[in-house]
Amino acid sequence: MKNYVIIGNGIAAAGCIEGIRSVDGEGKITVVSGEKHPVYCRPLISYYLEGRTDLERIGYKAPDFYERMGCKVLYGAKAISIDSKKRKITLDDGSTLSYDAACIATGSLPFLPGFEGLETVPKKYSFMTLDDALALEKAVDKSSRVLIIGAGMIGLKCAEGIRDRVQSVTICDLADHLLPSVLDAECAGLLQERMEDNGIRFIMGDSVAEFQGTKAVLKSGGTLDFDVLVLAVGVRPDAALAKEAGAKTDRGIITDTHMKTSLPGLYAAGDCVESYDAATNSIKVLANLPNASMQGFAAGANMAGGDVVCDKGIMMNSIGFYGLHAMTAGSYEGEVYEEKTEGSVKRLYYKDDLLKGFVLVGCCERAGIYTSMIREKTPLSSIDFDLMKKGATTAAFPKEVRHRKFGGAV
Amino acid sequence: MKRVFVNEEWCLGCHLCEYNCAFANSGAKDMVLALKDKPIYPRIHIEERESITYAVSCRHCKDPICVKSCIAGALSKDGEVIKVDQNKCVGCLTCVMVCPYGALAPNEGGVMQKCELCLENSCGEPACVKGCPNRAIVYEERGEAL
Repeated sequence: MKNYVIIGNGIAAAGCIEGIRSVDGEGKITVVSGEKHPVYCRPLISYYLEGRTDLERIGYKAPDFYERMGCKVLYGAKAISIDSKKRKITLDDGSTLSYDAACIATGSLPFLPGFEGLETVPKKYSFMTLDDALALEKAVDKSSRVLIIGAGMIGLKCAEGIRDRVQSVTICDLADHLLPSVLDAECAGLLQERMEDNGIRFIMGDSVAEFQGTKAVLKSGGTLDFDVLVLAVGVRPDAALAKEAGAKTDRGIITDTHMKTSLPGLYAAGDCVESYDAATNSIKVLANLPNASMQGFAAGANMAGGDVVCDKGIMMNSIGFYGLHAMTAGSYEGEVYEEKTEGSVKRLYYKDDLLKGFVLVGCCERAGIYTSMIREKTPLSSIDFDLMKKGATTAAFPKEVRHRKFGGAV
Repeated sequence: MKRVFVNEEWCLGCHLCEYNCAFANSGAKDMVLALKDKPIYPRIHIEERESITYAVSCRHCKDPICVKSCIAGALSKDGEVIKVDQNKCVGCLTCVMVCPYGALAPNEGGVMQKCELCLENSCGEPACVKGCPNRAIVYEERGEAL
């Protein structure tokens, strides 16, 4: 009987468990879970604050998931080293776990910037984990003025989630527009306007020079009083354990399309890895939930002797604020087709007869058809691309493809 | 497994399937009261291109990317039917971003809904199929998923 160990208990770990069980119904699975919660999806913590989910519904899997999968979960345990030659993992309590195959699914860590005077701030939080959200929930009331540093996904969703619980929310970012890693100023402006209409304030193109207790002194010279600080500057892959074990790492843990690291018996999946990006044909951190889930499944199946290839991953994101949704995917290279209305922007990027990426704000209907074209590398010459530009539709595919999609089992 | 299939050559583009779907899932007893003068949110829709029309609803994929992508754990495979737990859905639309068939859309309140083959509503069998005037939509076995 094989011994499997999964380090981490997020979405990639859940996928890994299912992947192992798709091949091996018998082997022993041990999950090392730093957090004392069954698997939940981190992006849900803003919805928790907003009241759109609760501690009962936030679980990613049914309550009997681990039992049904025959897994042992070590809650509150941390792996501190991996000996890949002896195939042994040492935990923080000194105990060891032997493995035939192990998967590192440690996710990402918040990037903590070194602001001057940060230690003088009495109430400061990251916004990564459910425990962060529970602590933040306790720290605020209707009189709280919240300052969020960072206008990325985490900071923005935190703002939306907490807005109705507090007196004010201000987001500050050095970038001149929100979501700078995926949107340009025009698209970002639509989202910012929607958030401002709902009472969220922005200080863009500025940053904090110094914190003095509950006062932020800005680089531009102004000051801002606040009660609670949320640091959402960014995240980085948690690759330290793999690196110390001798696995090849760059920004994240380098994996092949079978989610294998450079060390035998050791796999990795999710936000901690760098893997094949189908949109750019390069190795990248593809930190998003669908990839974590699919990479985890592939890793698990392959750990158990299966052969599941993960070569369709791309960057993609669906984010919405107060009913206005934006989706982005792939890479923004090549020619661009653009369509705009008041309140919506669509951009499709294409090159070498392939759709490479898209940005959709306020016009997200059936976007999965575009996403699948990037993932599957559908030649644009094989479809009616002019029709597809106007709106995502399977009608743009040739007849035999339509027949296969809608006249047969898929 | 029996699935919903479309024969695009026979589709008249009448959109009756959309109305039958919305009615079957409305819980109402009277179609006129349920749908008249209201925007409808069916779980099937007609795609059109020049003279071609056909209906699209969930394919109930063997390896469903929507289930693997759902951030809330709201989409799941129950046997071979893909279902959404609306109580868990947070309306992030990640499933819309990944479905290769464009078969998913939110309801009026921004919560996801999808074709669950009418197995648990008052119709008991796919209403789109039952009401299709030209048998362009059928509910039958056509072999296993690829």
